[in-house]
Amino acid sequence: MNKINSLPGSDDILRQVLPNGITVLARPNFESPSIVIRGYLPCGAILDPADKSGLAIFLSACLMRGTARKDFYQIYDQIESAGASLSFSASTHNILFSGRALAEDLPMLLELIAEVLRFPEFPENQIEQVRDQLLAGLAIRSQNTQEMAEITFDKAFFGDHPYARDDEGTPESIQSITRQDMQAFHQKYFGPDGMVICIVGGIEPAKAVENVRAVFEPWAKNPQARPSFDNLPQVTNPKTTQRLHVEIPEKSQMDLIVGFSGPNRLSPHYHAAMLGNCILGQFGMMGRIGKVVRDDNGLAYYAGSSLAGLPLSGSWEISAGVNPGNIEEALRLIRLELKRFTEEPVLASELDDVQSFFIGRLPLDMESNGGVAYYLLNMERYQLGLDYYREYAGIVRSVTREQILNTARTFIDPDRLIIVTAGTKQPGS
Amino acid sequence: MTENILRTTLDNGLQIMLKEIHTAPIISHWVWYRVGSRNELTGLTGISHWAEHMQFKGTPKYPAGALDKAISRDGGTWNAFTYIDWTAFYATMPADKIGLPIDLEADRMHNSLYLPDEVASERTVIISEREGSENEPLFRLEEAIREAAFERHPYRNEIIGSKADLQTMTRDDLFAHYQQHYAPNNAVLAMAGDFEAERMLDHLKEVYKDIPARKIERHPILPEGPITGEKRISLTGPGETTYLNMVWRAPEGKNADVFSLAILDSILTGPSSLNMFGGGGTSNRTSRLYRALIDSQIAIAVSGDYTTTIDPYLYTISAILHPEHNPEEAVQVVDAELERIRQGKISAAELAKAVKQARALFAYGTENITNQAYWLGHAEMFDTYGWFENFLPSLEKVTVTDVIRIAEDYLADDRRVIGVYAPQTEGSAQ
Repeated sequence: MNKINSLPGSDDILRQVLPNGITVLARPNFESPSIVIRGYLPCGAILDPADKSGLAIFLSACLMRGTARKDFYQIYDQIESAGASLSFSASTHNILFSGRALAEDLPMLLELIAEVLRFPEFPENQIEQVRDQLLAGLAIRSQNTQEMAEITFDKAFFGDHPYARDDEGTPESIQSITRQDMQAFHQKYFGPDGMVICIVGGIEPAKAVENVRAVFEPWAKNPQARPSFDNLPQVTNPKTTQRLHVEIPEKSQMDLIVGFSGPNRLSPHYHAAMLGNCILGQFGMMGRIGKVVRDDNGLAYYAGSSLAGLPLSGSWEISAGVNPGNIEEALRLIRLELKRFTEEPVLASELDDVQSFFIGRLPLDMESNGGVAYYLLNMERYQLGLDYYREYAGIVRSVTREQILNTARTFIDPDRLIIVTAGTKQPGS
Repeated sequence: MTENILRTTLDNGLQIMLKEIHTAPIISHWVWYRVGSRNELTGLTGISHWAEHMQFKGTPKYPAGALDKAISRDGGTWNAFTYIDWTAFYATMPADKIGLPIDLEADRMHNSLYLPDEVASERTVIISEREGSENEPLFRLEEAIREAAFERHPYRNEIIGSKADLQTMTRDDLFAHYQQHYAPNNAVLAMAGDFEAERMLDHLKEVYKDIPARKIERHPILPEGPITGEKRISLTGPGETTYLNMVWRAPEGKNADVFSLAILDSILTGPSSLNMFGGGGTSNRTSRLYRALIDSQIAIAVSGDYTTTIDPYLYTISAILHPEHNPEEAVQVVDAELERIRQGKISAAELAKAVKQARALFAYGTENITNQAYWLGHAEMFDTYGWFENFLPSLEKVTVTDVIRIAEDYLADDRRVIGVYAPQTEGSAQ
């Protein structure tokens, strides 16, 4: 009964590079009456001028606010009347877009994406509306213990590296950004070269590519190359453990981050770190950390670890939401686990569990058009090859306990951590 | 639209809903219990949610931790939810591994241990979950609003429970709650995915044949009518952001007025997605209140919320205010829009747009097998699955007159709670 190969590969992904440098990926799913589009331009918040942090995010939020031919309401009327969705955002390295529609509305969506990327107007009145929304967002965020702990960690850990910067900006930088800043960024960095568009759903791949070609071919190649980031400082753990606290009043719970270095996405350590991290703070109810902090000692509702393997560097964080009175105990338990993780190889049974987990979950992650599109973009971004997910089981199975221990020792030193807390300190503490 | 669903009830009262979907080698398995915070008594608020946590703490066959491990090992995803009306447990797995969640879900329907040590450590986990929520201004605001919107109905209680109850509830309270409500005749088992329904039914009969029905004692719960008068709640706290929630009594899930309310909500604040798992929604930039509140920069965000429940619950319009405007201005804008609707200033084209949006969102939701299995069971909690099957046709039947009547009957300005969370200023410190 089951004839489905749910993992995409070179035999069912169509990949074409247009003459102006746009890469198109398409994969059909004829069970679905709709399509998903995801894609990016290779420019992001890392290119924000030093005194204009938040520019890429601010600009991405203004893209759909008006173009040479359409105003804000014409754009949204077209999308919402079709029950479609389209949004733009910015990350450290990319301007991203994501949309979905009934399959028959794909040309409409592509035309809008092209219009918005090529001819944004950045109307002043719309910029002011978005500015107010971003400022309110920053004000809300300043009260969020989890996010403030995260920002504080990145700043301390990455130091002089651009990843230390808060991509969302500060109230001051958001206040200072002008329409001219947006236009300058757009003119300098927006172009088809290096752009990726991925379409998944109820459409023939060849037709999807043809639709993209028809709409995007007139976009001429970028006038100038984008800056390279080849000579950035190497990020390492601090010489000794540092503790930082962000005081936010009247909070019942404190957020805790214990962080250290991690491999970048293309590091040879990446897969060993991915499996090791799962054992440490993800598998089941958040791995070893969740077991000791939450299950055995009831100190937190959430406790686990995560790996941020970005293109130029990486970090590795353990996080937990803990009552202020239990912070020291939670910290003690976490440090013991880190010590164990860097001193002894993981158990064979633990490795086997997480290998099965990573291999088994792929079909679930890829059941929807959006899930497949996410994975296709990931393959393209890191040049993993179109058969990466078909070969994935072999890659995952080849990681050994010794490799995980070696990777843990390479990146983690339990005496050189960055520890951040955010919340309300108890009197006397 | 009637889909091919196998529906049956076993001799022990377990209701079964099976839907074959062969688009991906995946199966989603759900067990829904007809118990939630609605069924809780004074002094025991939060007990349904805590019992849900204890269901992960082991049986003799599957000790604590073994369950997680077994599901995760196979690449599955699983979780549970406690709501006001129900508690649900799900696992979505590669199709050839579904035997495990079927077996353990049946096992923990009657063999959970509720060991005292596990209860003790979970007490602090749940208090910690509550404290995490308390960090959010909106949690505090919604808690206060619910207490004002219901005089005695248990919907006034927070699902997670009051801190005092969480500190005093005992292992025996929890175990009694488990024995009282976790029974085949109080449950719906719903599955969607890559299986043959008849063969699956045979398997389920075998798995559940020795679990007996129980007598379920239900204390009467009287629904409440409209909120009487206009009540105002005002909270202050740290931060710089003002939140406004306007709340009215909404029709219960099986009341046909729900569809008219859905259309009105879509016109006012944009379409709500039915897709709890995947699929996503659309933006609300062309909705009336977005245009009226955000264009004028009185607010920076607006949304609407209603949900399908056993007894009449709440419809909420929420706004995050622009720092230079006050909540009263936003209330006036909302009132003016509602008044326009009551006066009949609403077009058939607006209704048609709301229906088209709903149809697209509905189509997105069919991509996801977990989402489809969710609706098989969820609709049974407040009505029957027919509610979901007839969702789009029911929306298409809504007329302009129906929408006007909803604005008149339900969203009146003397039947509501207006809640404001405002930043603390020097004069307003609590």
